[in-house]
Amino acid sequence: MTAAATVPGIGWPRRFGKALPVSLWAFLLLTPAFVSLASVSFYPIINGLYLSLTNTSLITQENEFSGFSNYVQLWGDAQFWNAWWHTMWFTTASTILETVIGLGMALILCEAFKGRGLVRAAMLVPWAMPTVVTSKMFGWLFDGQNGIINYILLHAGLIDQNVNWYGSPDTAMTTIIIADVWKTTPFMALLLLTGLQTVPNSLIEAARMDGAKGWITFWYIRLPLLMPTLLIAGLFRALDAFRVFDLVYVLTGGGPADSTETLSTLSYKVLFSTLQFGYGSAVSTAMFVTEGIIALVFCLYLIRQIRRAQ
Amino acid sequence: MNDTRSPLQTIVIYLGALLILVWSGGPFIWQFSTSFQLDKALTSGSPSLIPAPFTLEHYYNAFVEKELHRYVWNSLVVSLATTFLCLSVGSLAAFALSRLNVRGRFGILMVILSVSMFPQIALVGPLYLVASNLGLLDTYTALIITYLALGLPLVTWVLFGYFETLPREIDEAARMDGVSVPGLLWHIILPMSLPSLVTTGLLAFITAWNEFLFALAFTSNIDRQTIPVGIANFTNLYYVPWGDIAAASAVVTVPLIVLVLFFQRHIIEGLTQGGIKE
Repeated sequence: MTAAATVPGIGWPRRFGKALPVSLWAFLLLTPAFVSLASVSFYPIINGLYLSLTNTSLITQENEFSGFSNYVQLWGDAQFWNAWWHTMWFTTASTILETVIGLGMALILCEAFKGRGLVRAAMLVPWAMPTVVTSKMFGWLFDGQNGIINYILLHAGLIDQNVNWYGSPDTAMTTIIIADVWKTTPFMALLLLTGLQTVPNSLIEAARMDGAKGWITFWYIRLPLLMPTLLIAGLFRALDAFRVFDLVYVLTGGGPADSTETLSTLSYKVLFSTLQFGYGSAVSTAMFVTEGIIALVFCLYLIRQIRRAQ
Repeated sequence: MNDTRSPLQTIVIYLGALLILVWSGGPFIWQFSTSFQLDKALTSGSPSLIPAPFTLEHYYNAFVEKELHRYVWNSLVVSLATTFLCLSVGSLAAFALSRLNVRGRFGILMVILSVSMFPQIALVGPLYLVASNLGLLDTYTALIITYLALGLPLVTWVLFGYFETLPREIDEAARMDGVSVPGLLWHIILPMSLPSLVTTGLLAFITAWNEFLFALAFTSNIDRQTIPVGIANFTNLYYVPWGDIAAASAVVTVPLIVLVLFFQRHIIEGLTQGGIKE
């Protein structure tokens, strides 16, 4: 073995015997993954950008370059802004609820109690269930006539008459937010739990010795140390919530009276119901841009927080 | 810490734990119970958790009238193929990034991960046009190719994290013995990574099994439609067949839940080590 032929730090020679050089192997092994991601993720994004500048329609069979006319149309499209606001509201409400309730759950799971394993296992159920099934399940739970939620609330005296949860424009979005919070909060809690478990117990013990109450140790020790995890989990959750499709499409289809229309369902309808691929691509590109802005704002905030902590 | 806890705290903790349990399990238990109840009982106005009388009518409807088994078959084919491909392609990439001294490997990983943040609705239109041009609509191939790319970022990331925990001395020893690069991956690294492969495989499987948007766009008949599309289309002319839907939900969810509960420790570890991703 000659040291000169060894790649520093790794211990693999650049070439041994008649075999291929290691760098060529690396290239070969990475190629399938790159081909897959390039063709199914990067190409469609670029192609979508191009399509959004054309008047492509599968009905009229046109596909000519039309400049920014789709975006001009989008800017004045009440339906688009309606969906945009719904999506923002859904994203904000569900992310905040999921983070706060998830933190509460994580704090309970952090304590030792009998049956903790069972509770932790049960929390994976909502996560593993197909979203379409969740959607149908909430359709039945919140059914306006025979739903168990109406039954329970009615008998607990919380409502006077059955509520038409997702059948009425006033409550439909709330129902969808509840369904999303149900499905994602337990998993959020499990993520936050692993964050909480990295907070050294000695710190908390020391605070207790000094007479700090549970609330104080939470506010001044656990929460600040958990902040980075909390923010990153929140960011990923927000980006995911922003794309909500399955839940809305199956439960309400965007209705009643467009009260639950989100950017994903609107794009899908423009693409596959009216077959206007040009305009539909403009909607989804606008969505991509909004998502990018959300991620950017979050990241800037995160960096500032981390800098301040140092 | 048990001895420092006041009785009130203990009560709060157990109450909270009970709440979490009801939250996570309650809705599905009700759905499961619904699947064994007659429509008459479901609409009687006095719901009961114990099915009385007990019936398998909804399961009969789901399989015989709605042909649920055909969707299940399609989903199995697509999900198993996706899992296999994800693990193959993902482990090659993760191995290269972890072991072959690739320049800028964290940059590459970040790019791979950022792909999973793209809104899928932005991909579905252009991909539909491609699939249509290539005659791939209503085929398993279109779904499998798409799901491979959807599952790949997470699989690569989690496997990379696991490979990084394997000691480098192994590589050294293998090299001394004259093992080639693919030999190192196939005979040494992969056999050592079985627990992680099982977890990531399960994650890829669940991703494909639950995916709805692309399946909805790319398939239009029962020969190729997967379970989520099938269940979304479960409707009768005059009323919503909640019992049949509940039965179908139970059929497609129970095996998943059993798998997840069986591997729960690995899943939680794998996911939290692999960053934060649903």
